[in-house]
Amino acid sequence: MTVVDTILVPVKRVVDANVRVRVKPDGSGMALDGVKMSINPFDEIALEEALRIRERGETAEVVVASIGPAVCTQQLRAGLAMGADRAILVETELDLEPLTVARTLKALVGRENSELVILGKQAIDGDNNQTGQMLAALWGRPQACFSSELSFSNGIATAMREVDAGIEVIEVELPAVVTTDLRLNEPRYTKLPDILKAKKKPLETLTLGELDVEPQAQFRVLGFETPPERPSGEKVRDVAELVLALRQKGVL
Amino acid sequence: MARVLIVAEHDGRTLNSSTARCVSCAASFEASAIDIAVLAADGAAVAAQAAALEGVTGVIRVDHPANEFPLAAVAAPQICALAADYTHVFGPSTTFGKDLMPRIAALLGVGQVSDIMHAESAWRFQRPIYAGNAILTVETPDDRPVVATVRTASYQAAESTGSAPISERAVEAEIPTHTRYVELRSDSGGGRPDLQTASRVVSGGRGVGSMENFEIIERLADALGAAVGASRAAVDAGYAGNDLQVGQTGKIIAPDLYIAVGISGAIQHLTGIKDAGVIVAINKDEDAPLFEVADIGLVADLFTAVPELIEALGEQAGGNS
Ligand SMILES: Cc1cc2nc3c(=O)[nH]c(=O)nc-3n(C[C@H](O)[C@H](O)[C@H](O)COP(=O)(O)OP(=O)(O)OC[C@H]3O[C@@H](n4cnc5c(N)ncnc54)[C@H](O)[C@@H]3O)c2cc1C
Repeated sequence: MTVVDTILVPVKRVVDANVRVRVKPDGSGMALDGVKMSINPFDEIALEEALRIRERGETAEVVVASIGPAVCTQQLRAGLAMGADRAILVETELDLEPLTVARTLKALVGRENSELVILGKQAIDGDNNQTGQMLAALWGRPQACFSSELSFSNGIATAMREVDAGIEVIEVELPAVVTTDLRLNEPRYTKLPDILKAKKKPLETLTLGELDVEPQAQFRVLGFETPPERPSGEKVRDVAELVLALRQKGVL
Repeated sequence: MARVLIVAEHDGRTLNSSTARCVSCAASFEASAIDIAVLAADGAAVAAQAAALEGVTGVIRVDHPANEFPLAAVAAPQICALAADYTHVFGPSTTFGKDLMPRIAALLGVGQVSDIMHAESAWRFQRPIYAGNAILTVETPDDRPVVATVRTASYQAAESTGSAPISERAVEAEIPTHTRYVELRSDSGGGRPDLQTASRVVSGGRGVGSMENFEIIERLADALGAAVGASRAAVDAGYAGNDLQVGQTGKIIAPDLYIAVGISGAIQHLTGIKDAGVIVAINKDEDAPLFEVADIGLVADLFTAVPELIEALGEQAGGNS
């Protein structure tokens, strides 16, 4: 039985998690030329969860959406190859702050009549951990953040949330926003035929203006710095030397 | 001048030390008020602890049955109702604050500064991005509320030597009923110190090999009076609970002593321990990246080194007494 008609899964294009990024020598930004880009890993988990919900027959449709420059179609195609039904690119060259992203998603939710939005708890570039919560606030709907398990019954979602003290269980009425933690699932690998099939799936391009979103920039970025490196220390040969070294450092 | 409202994190009885760390952040720039909001079903005990924090100018108690459990959707509109008197609204960058603060920011129509690690002024902050690979300096305008989370590992807890006045307030806010707390499942602890505030931490990684073997990490922790931590791989494999994960997506900690056993040292793990005093790595692979940041490294099989270390610590304790 379907729980919701359409699940919206926002995906962000970010530097791949395995790339070690550095600050540009002049401190004006990160050196990102030519580095591998991917779907933010938490968003990939969000998409996997949406696909599983569809495979259980609990939704009719999974829509992936990305907000950013035209190259984000790469990540949308990757999402379609994983199994999303269609994709929306909200094209902009601006580097949007989370509040504007949340406003844009709110507009998309209205346009698509989506009753469930699943997205990553944070993007691994800005590490902000804000967008899902902001969307839920603007939408006036519940949020189930940092979820590691999700189930539905009678219009209610039950989420296990990874919190500092353990696992917190909450129930939220739909429509709702869910943000994912790493242990929600393990995303599937896409096979070549799926990549080919994805090329034929619908991908629509919108502008912020078409969604009536006025981008706002509140923060002024003054600079990027490389954090001080920890100097590497000494190697000891055995446990006796280790105990001695610990005593010398005054931590035993 | 800045007037800061801090949202208290607590479990109904005890104030979490993350709140005292937020106070230290607020006290690091010139603020004419540092008030703490305690939302609870019965906030008497927690409000008293908050009022004792050095530097706090007032505690606002908001008692309401809906505040029995910390639900972001329930707390956010109440904090927004209090926010009008303040220039800043701060919360800790624990899972409590990360859940709640962006909801407050969006309701107030402003952005959020996540994970403040240093405040150059009340409107200029430093925060880590890219798993701590870079530090960003941002400035936010003074014509609207500053909503932020404070990276707790960057600040010492304020002392409990003060005595601020406590006032009770009933706030006018529409409290939603669409979100219900069911329960908290927590199995770790075992009488050990809390991972986030412990002065010593022993963490185990995938190298430990199994849930049964993880006991060796717990025994070493007990020999040191330390808290237990784990890498993501160890948590994913079920050796340890999620609340023990250290790193970018787990806990950011700053103990005096951190011992990593069978952990390779991925950037996402290192992010969580950058501020530790002394880092010790025990790993059989001499090229493990953790050795690059460890103050003391021991290339050894953990299954021989850790029991030896436990024994050596036992002898030392015996010798001292
Ligand atoms: C978005 C994202 C977020 C992440 N967040 C986190 C996070 O918060 N925290 C985190 O920890 N990770 C995180 N990770 C995962 C991280 O990238 C690594 O995969 C993880 O930290 C590896 O854990 P490990 O060191 O235990 O395992 P491995 O990398 O597999 O290392 C095991 C180590 O054990 C050693 N070993 C094996 N046997 C022995 C033995 N008998 N004696 C001694 N040494 C032995 C090996 O030499 C090896 O170095 C994240 C990854 C992503 C993509």
